[in-house]
Amino acid sequence: MTTVPPQSLSSAPPEILALGPLAWAKKNLFSDWFNSLLTVVIVGIFGWGLVRLISWAFTTAQWQVVPNNFGLFMSGTFPPALYTRLWLLLALMCALAGLSWGVLGRNLSTLFSRNVMIGLGVVCALIVLFPATRPNTLKLLPIVALVAGMAALGRQVGRKFVGVGKGVSLLWFLSYFVALWLIGGGIGLTPVSTNDWGGLVLTLFTAVSGIVLCFPLGLLLALGRRSALPVVRWLSTAYIELVRGVPLVAVLFMGQVMIPLFLPVGSRPDRILRAIIALALFSAAYLAENVRAGLQAVPRGQQEAAMSLGLNTPATLGLIILPQALKIAIPAIVGQFISLFQDTTLLAIVGLAELLGIGKSVLANPAYLGRYAEVYLFLAVIFWFFCYAMSLGSRKIEEILNTDN
Amino acid sequence: MATEQSSEQFNLKAMLRDERFWKIAFQVITLAVVLILLAFLVGNLNRNLAQQGRAFGFGFLVNPAGFSIGESLIEYRPNDPYWRALVVGLSNTLSLVAAGIVLTTLLGTATGIASFSKNWLVQKLSRLYVGLVQNIPLLLQLFFWYFPIYGALPQPENQIDVLGLAFLNNRGVYIPWASSAVLALLGMGATLGAAIAALYLWGQRTKVRIETGSGGRPQTIALAVLGLVWLAIVTLGLNWTIPQAVEGGGVTGGLRLTREYVASLTALVFYTSAFVAEIVRAGIQSVSKGQWEAARSLGLHAGIVMRLVVFPQALRVIIPPMNSQYMNLTKNSSLAFAIAFPEMYSIATTTYNQTGRPVEVFVVMMATYLMLCLLITLVMNQFNQVVQFKER
Repeated sequence: MTTVPPQSLSSAPPEILALGPLAWAKKNLFSDWFNSLLTVVIVGIFGWGLVRLISWAFTTAQWQVVPNNFGLFMSGTFPPALYTRLWLLLALMCALAGLSWGVLGRNLSTLFSRNVMIGLGVVCALIVLFPATRPNTLKLLPIVALVAGMAALGRQVGRKFVGVGKGVSLLWFLSYFVALWLIGGGIGLTPVSTNDWGGLVLTLFTAVSGIVLCFPLGLLLALGRRSALPVVRWLSTAYIELVRGVPLVAVLFMGQVMIPLFLPVGSRPDRILRAIIALALFSAAYLAENVRAGLQAVPRGQQEAAMSLGLNTPATLGLIILPQALKIAIPAIVGQFISLFQDTTLLAIVGLAELLGIGKSVLANPAYLGRYAEVYLFLAVIFWFFCYAMSLGSRKIEEILNTDN
Repeated sequence: MATEQSSEQFNLKAMLRDERFWKIAFQVITLAVVLILLAFLVGNLNRNLAQQGRAFGFGFLVNPAGFSIGESLIEYRPNDPYWRALVVGLSNTLSLVAAGIVLTTLLGTATGIASFSKNWLVQKLSRLYVGLVQNIPLLLQLFFWYFPIYGALPQPENQIDVLGLAFLNNRGVYIPWASSAVLALLGMGATLGAAIAALYLWGQRTKVRIETGSGGRPQTIALAVLGLVWLAIVTLGLNWTIPQAVEGGGVTGGLRLTREYVASLTALVFYTSAFVAEIVRAGIQSVSKGQWEAARSLGLHAGIVMRLVVFPQALRVIIPPMNSQYMNLTKNSSLAFAIAFPEMYSIATTTYNQTGRPVEVFVVMMATYLMLCLLITLVMNQFNQVVQFKER
């Protein structure tokens, strides 16, 4: 006897019912008395707060403190005569970013999808409309064009040559030294003392240097903690646990006061360098734990298979284990980088003029007394933008590297 | 002779090819490098200290400190020794951390659960809060709470009166409190003890009711008695003092929480709660969907499903990362020094500035924070054992 499946048992998904706005509100906001009450209370409190905030922003707030000190916020007491160098640096970074974007997206059908075009349009509109420092911000328009142009170029190059990714990595590596040269001067440029480094430039510089230094150190510590060799394991574990038990302010304090004590008599490294070293030594311990979690997630069979193929320990680690472990650990690692970026604000406590430090000195100016809310909101927007961009980037990289089906 | 040489060479080659040799050699080399580095650093330290004419030692801790401290839980006078000043700092840190941990747990868990709310507004608000707070540095948030927000509270002359029970002005927050510190500690101890006893009794009651099918009456009565005793102790035994407004501004009586303390606490709680919310969210997501569906199909209400089925299972995933968030909160409490709250780090830097002994002060500070972190880890490990899977 054969049975014919009835028509109603089709495997197609059920039809999605489109809800009208009223039905949507009923389902999501007013489904029962408790939800309705919640909705009303929240709308009441936050609506009132929002109205207060907007009325404050447009009436009481005195935003002149931001445009009047824009140069300070961006680059501290960097001599204005040499601003061209910073613009050049910005153009260089944006060009590289565009190039990497093009190379990474070489397999996409269109690089400039609708969302990207809208994003670029919004950025251009903001640049034109933001009245703060119009003569300077207009210089950003060609830079946006540069990003788009380099992206298109990168896509073409990426399609033609296979190994171009390594070249881009090398360019990024070299760009660090070019940046150091452009900011600090020397070799043909007027030197700028590190006392004049400040603002967003210093924040980004310390964050990038910290990240670059702490990554290899954290990797070594993680491998050391997982090592079969007891001495290496104990030393790594002791370092990680000691550092993780101490607040960062204390480590930075040690960096400023104690690094000179631990070095030969009379040697005293630059205070920005000391801060970067302290930041990197601190973050490395946390990064090591993130990498260790990634290492633990790689199945043991991978190592055994590699060993049985005759690979020695460095080759097993470098070719088999680490690529998989790092891929798993990307979200945690980027999270650590974000917190390192946020931690650069603590440099204000040890007296460096990074963004928050500049904010403090602007607020100490009698002309801007009590403009706390305006300055801190402006700084919060900057920090939020960079941190959000980093977490967005990590999600994109995860998508690109995701080889699971 | 020749054979001997060749066999020696042979041995050396074999040794160089032997993995065991390299394992030992690598460790010896690592240890040697680390020891040489340490010797170099400590040697430099000794030379530097000798040049400055100071010897390493903790003897200075008994010298009079000579500075005054804005607020303290224990009695302190400026001519007390340094160690007592440091203990005052520790007590301030502890009061910040203890209140912070309790409030963070509540706010973070609520926010984490709210991201699963059926109410669209609640869900979006929870996500917005996490996305906003996680991406702004804590120090900036601390300044934000301290200067524009709590700084905008009115002068003592026109302070805000909350139902005649509490007062807010720009010098701090005044709340009802037990008349002495001993009584306050007693009240907290009684609350904690009552909570533990109640949890135990509730567990016993459930166990008895499951095993015998009915009953649990003695436990119910014990619970009621416990509640009454606790209520009596808290309402009558603590000798509450209620803050009273003074003519012309200001407050007497009650407990004054300084603006520094309140701002630090708010910033720490709001910042850490965002991370706790993410942990709770991940924990709840880790419970398989079948558990939800099975519980719902037994006819349980959504709230009960969360409380009895999903959350206890999620706790296994939630507890271990919570430990590191509590440790972060403890370490981050040192940032309160930036708005002049006299906690451990702040007192330690003052001590360093007066004595010029960075190494000793750093050792004391590091030991204190390490002990605090260790304590949290110990407690959390105990708690973790309670919630883990019971497998035969």
